[in-house]
Amino acid sequence: MRPENQKAWFFVLPVLALVAFNALVPMMTVVNYSVQETFGNNQFFWEGLGWFEQILRSDRFQAALGRQFLFTFLILLIEVPLGIVVALSMPRKGFWVPVCLVLMALPMLIPWNVVGSMWNIFTLPKIGLLGYFLNDVLGINYDMTQQPLSAWITVIVMDVWHWTSLVVLLCYAGLVSIPDAYYQAAKIDGASPWSVFRYIQLPKMKTVLTIAVLLRFMDSFNIYTEPFVLTGGGPGNSTTLLSIDLVKIALGQFDLGPAAAMSLIYFAITLLVSWVFYTLMTKDDAQ
Amino acid sequence: MAQIKLSNLRHSYMPAPKGPEDYALKEIDVTWRDGGAYALLGPSGCGKSTLLNIISGLLTPSEGQILFDGQDVTALPPDQRNIAQVFQFPVIYDTMTVGENLAFPLKNRGVDPATIKRRVDEIAEMLDVTDMLNTRASGLSPDNKQKISMGRGLVRDDVNAVMFDEPLTVIDPHLKWKLRSKLKELHQRVQATMIYVTHDQTEALTFADEVVVMQEGEVVQIGTPVELFERPQHTFVGHFIGSPGMNVLPCEAKGDRAIFEGYEVMLEGSAHGDGGRTDLGIRPEYVGFGDTGIPAHVTKVSDIGRHYVVSAMVGNTALKAVTEHVVPEPGSQVFLQFKPEQSRVYRDGWIATEERAQ
Repeated sequence: MRPENQKAWFFVLPVLALVAFNALVPMMTVVNYSVQETFGNNQFFWEGLGWFEQILRSDRFQAALGRQFLFTFLILLIEVPLGIVVALSMPRKGFWVPVCLVLMALPMLIPWNVVGSMWNIFTLPKIGLLGYFLNDVLGINYDMTQQPLSAWITVIVMDVWHWTSLVVLLCYAGLVSIPDAYYQAAKIDGASPWSVFRYIQLPKMKTVLTIAVLLRFMDSFNIYTEPFVLTGGGPGNSTTLLSIDLVKIALGQFDLGPAAAMSLIYFAITLLVSWVFYTLMTKDDAQ
Repeated sequence: MAQIKLSNLRHSYMPAPKGPEDYALKEIDVTWRDGGAYALLGPSGCGKSTLLNIISGLLTPSEGQILFDGQDVTALPPDQRNIAQVFQFPVIYDTMTVGENLAFPLKNRGVDPATIKRRVDEIAEMLDVTDMLNTRASGLSPDNKQKISMGRGLVRDDVNAVMFDEPLTVIDPHLKWKLRSKLKELHQRVQATMIYVTHDQTEALTFADEVVVMQEGEVVQIGTPVELFERPQHTFVGHFIGSPGMNVLPCEAKGDRAIFEGYEVMLEGSAHGDGGRTDLGIRPEYVGFGDTGIPAHVTKVSDIGRHYVVSAMVGNTALKAVTEHVVPEPGSQVFLQFKPEQSRVYRDGWIATEERAQ
């Protein structure tokens, strides 16, 4: 047998060094903090899994995690069907295609903290356009700085405004790849518009929808900037999502041990849910 | 089942067509008998798919009418015309099983489950797919997928016509032959009017009772495969059908004779009309070798299995001859003999000699 050539490993080294420098080493620092207690001066005391236990048992973490799941669930529930409907109603050819595409892409091009500021100014009662309109013209009692429900509605509407386009564009790409013959065959077979959607469009959009749901899940589960700029997690703790809470613990209270443990738990949950999603959604194709 | 009549049909993809060159279809006027097998044959872009889509109702013609059994259906949408169409690429519903695919057109029309079951079983048996009825259609091979698309067309017993738009394009060569004989067999069993669009002469000639040859949006000739071969009405038909195609040689016409490169050639009858481009048309199969005749210089001999194709030069004109036994050497000098009853004159492409009285 010919001896195996091991030289290829050298070609992997630069990438390995780069990844180690920007991902593995910082990550290991977090792992390091998560199992130790520090009082500054680089003095460390071994804590074991103590921080993990403390975090998992704390009501504060559980509440933030609950809010996080509720938020992600609601935005997926709205953005995915809405994205599909918008993609279906977009024109397939002609002058309006580029116009629609640019309009759709616009919200995604705006920096995240600008989105937060925009919606903050837009919805402030008395001075914001929407806030003023709702309170003083329509007479609806709306104040996202005081009422948890108003704050939640605002955060969700903002995310829908910002990210539905992503679902739309992905679905649209799936839709335009369907050959005309499918629609013609469906016409001849006497299929209803619902059947066309159910048996032609939806199956053909499945791959891109899987990607859209995964991306939207990960992004919304890790969301920080927009709600932080809009509500700062308030009123009270009502819109304090996981990442906002994490930053409060790590940089506000400077509890590095618990914060590190929380980061790792957070990371593990994101990874686990993504994996479950992916496995479930691609299960059919394997058969 | 129905007789299909196309009356003064014209179609343009432009909103305001000016001259004839703006029309994808120019003046189509044909009648197809109930239960017949027809082929639309022509090169890509000749308008045959346009014509097919007009018959199925996917396109509305700019002018003219389509009549099914005398009833005007020009304005009806596809699902009300009761036609079935099989496309170039197999269209199947990925998420359904083979059985559900076949049942789909019936289910959409609210047929009762017992009848659906009976029809699906019948069609599956005809297509040899009974053992696949419960498998997911998305995993099938292209030829089986195409069979299922055909099955969806044939499952309805009220179809007026079944149309095929180059259905064998994506099928492997060795399966093409199988699927083609299956089609022929199906036609004999279900007795539906079938229209088959293709650019492949073998497919057209083996499938159809009558072939419609099209070129640049015009019907050039309608006839049985034998008629198209024996007496092409246009040099295009002569050239397009046959392998190698008909020799089209510039000549001058003089009564029942043509002067080709200074040699006199007897024609099937006397040529009428004058002026325009004049050509002598003769199939390679009817060019023979002899001791006397038109002297020619052999440039190439190709062995294509059952016979030889001889390329030769007469003066400055190249022509081809097909021979089975006498094989001249390349570079040698031979004498060609043109069969008079198969020699014709064409003016501006169209036949100009009288048919010889039988």
